Amino acid sequence: MNDAVQSDVQRFLDRLSEHRAGRGAEPTWIAARRQAGAARFEALGFPHRRVEAWKYTDVRAIARGDFALATEAEFSPATAARLTLPMEAHRLTFVDGVFAPALSRLDDLPAGAQLVPLSAALAENHEAVGGPLGRLTGVEFSSFAALNTAFMEEGAVLRLAPGTVVEKPIILQFLSRAGEQAVMSHPRILIEAGGRSEATVIEHHVGEEQAANFTNLVEEIILDRGAILTHYKLQEAPLADLHVASIHIEQARDSRYTSFNLNLGGGLVRNDLVAELNGQGAEANFNGLFYGQGRQHVDNHTLVNHNAPRTFSNENYKGILDDRAHGVFNGKVIVKRDSQQIEGFQSNANLLLSDRAEIDTKPELEIYADDVKCSHGSTTGQLDEEAVFALRTRGIDEQTARGLLTLAFAGEVLEQVDLDAIAERVELAVAGKLPERFNLAGLVETAAALNEE
Amino acid sequence: MLEVKDLHVTVEGSEILKGLTLTINAGEVHAIMGPNGAGKSTLSAVIAGKDGYEVTKGSITFEGQDVLEMEIEERARAGLLLGFQYPVEIPGVKNIYLLKAALNAQREAQGLGEIPAPEFMKLIKEKVASMKMDTSFLQRAVNEGFSGGEKKRNEILQMLVLQPKLAMLDEIDSGLDIDAMKVVADGVNSLRAEDRAILLVTHYQRLLDYIVPDRVHVLVDGRIVKSGDAELARELESRGYDWVQEETAA
Repeated sequence: MNDAVQSDVQRFLDRLSEHRAGRGAEPTWIAARRQAGAARFEALGFPHRRVEAWKYTDVRAIARGDFALATEAEFSPATAARLTLPMEAHRLTFVDGVFAPALSRLDDLPAGAQLVPLSAALAENHEAVGGPLGRLTGVEFSSFAALNTAFMEEGAVLRLAPGTVVEKPIILQFLSRAGEQAVMSHPRILIEAGGRSEATVIEHHVGEEQAANFTNLVEEIILDRGAILTHYKLQEAPLADLHVASIHIEQARDSRYTSFNLNLGGGLVRNDLVAELNGQGAEANFNGLFYGQGRQHVDNHTLVNHNAPRTFSNENYKGILDDRAHGVFNGKVIVKRDSQQIEGFQSNANLLLSDRAEIDTKPELEIYADDVKCSHGSTTGQLDEEAVFALRTRGIDEQTARGLLTLAFAGEVLEQVDLDAIAERVELAVAGKLPERFNLAGLVETAAALNEE
Repeated sequence: MLEVKDLHVTVEGSEILKGLTLTINAGEVHAIMGPNGAGKSTLSAVIAGKDGYEVTKGSITFEGQDVLEMEIEERARAGLLLGFQYPVEIPGVKNIYLLKAALNAQREAQGLGEIPAPEFMKLIKEKVASMKMDTSFLQRAVNEGFSGGEKKRNEILQMLVLQPKLAMLDEIDSGLDIDAMKVVADGVNSLRAEDRAILLVTHYQRLLDYIVPDRVHVLVDGRIVKSGDAELARELESRGYDWVQEETAA
């Protein structure tokens, strides 16, 4: 590690010791893991582009940043109201990583469901947290996971007792503030879904337009037998925000995890999504849509480990890149030995709207069993010219035709979305981002109005 | 309204239309019939502006305008609309988007503003009902997963909403059962008007039992070899195309 890189790492470690100083003693397991995280981060440093997993993603904007830690969660209620998803939901809000009770709503959860900030869960019974926390995402996973572990203190804990069904969506809202000093946060999300429990979690990243903060998230999701979890990650963070997330899902027999990774915002976004399919009948669905413009950089790395026979995975990621945006998709499916009769399908399609936009895509399959059904594919291209022609023969000008087809491309992912409020919001956002000046938003609203009749 | 003069068209180096001349006046329904490979679909494709067709000679004018000089979308906005033999599936583009964008484009060309939402809703529902379609069709992607009959109905629905001056329908009857054909024919017949013309391109006569044309033209080997009234279509049905070919050769 050269001196500049060393000093970047040291800056983060100094922040850690400053922050910990003056805080009271904590349970020994937390102190030990914190220390292990710091040591691991110190040894690894930030990932450089010579490492395969980070080949296309330059994290110097993070490494060279000087990020403080927020200590309070004040946020303009008017702005919060504007940014918050307008839906009936249970809600846990964090402002720059700090829990914001005033913007949270936890009062009407059904019996059997527990949703609390990590700090409260630790205060109440730290040992109950200590078991699962860090089991899926250890400090070995990446230097960001190690860094998160060194700093971990806040986040969300969701526990569902067996058979509990939470009907309303659960929103985990992460607000990013604009300020003189950029801040960082290292939230942890821990979800333990008991047997045959069912819930929908919407993780929503959004903030004040001028914000330029760094979020380093680790999520661990444990689905017991037959549990069903739908997980939306709606990334609408400000365009200068930096975001790294490691999401691990462990699935027992017959459980079903469905992810919608909808990425519209953020200047630099890196998601690692890893599913361990450990029991027969377990199913993971990864749906993704990313829209990059300006100089946005969006990197999605996904991995599905078929560790047991008769497990299923389905992945469909679509990217739309304009201007000088850069997208990365790496999807890997690994079928372990003796994991027979598994099905793993993966597809990634990308649309480039500008000559200077770039996509690096790599679908990977590793199969060590013989009785499997797997497919993968990746396409990057332009729009279907026959469709452009068909629309023009109806009087629609070429730019609008291309806009409609781009919207349609995104629509193929959004069709799978059950929550209309989310699908419509993202579709509107995509319509609004399209480069040409035509009123597609008006069309989307018309369709929505027709739907409501 | 439409004047095609001595039209020669080449596709990938081979000449398909070899001097086609045709005049269609407002208020008329014309049918072009002919054996496979005669160039029936080429004519409507050229008028609509499809790529890959080279006009080597002749002209097409529509209400005095040189059609061949117009952009594809300008042709449509001027009132020239083609109903496809094989309507393209456009995954993800909802029917309602297509209809509203197309209608607004046309209105803009006519110097009208965007159609107010309630007016659009009313119009669209009325037309959907008249094609015996469910309003859920509007939310579906254009032609995606539609049966053959649904696709053709959808083409007519677009005509009903856009109200073209000249509606060209390319083999609109192909792949339709009798009930679907009746619905499609009713839709086409409802388009008949003093100020509108319709051009049907068809291989079979049966469609013409439901949409009775004013003029029937027989297209053989890139040229119109015979024209007549609706009676000619029936004669073709009973005697086949060979008869016309022999007659003209003689």
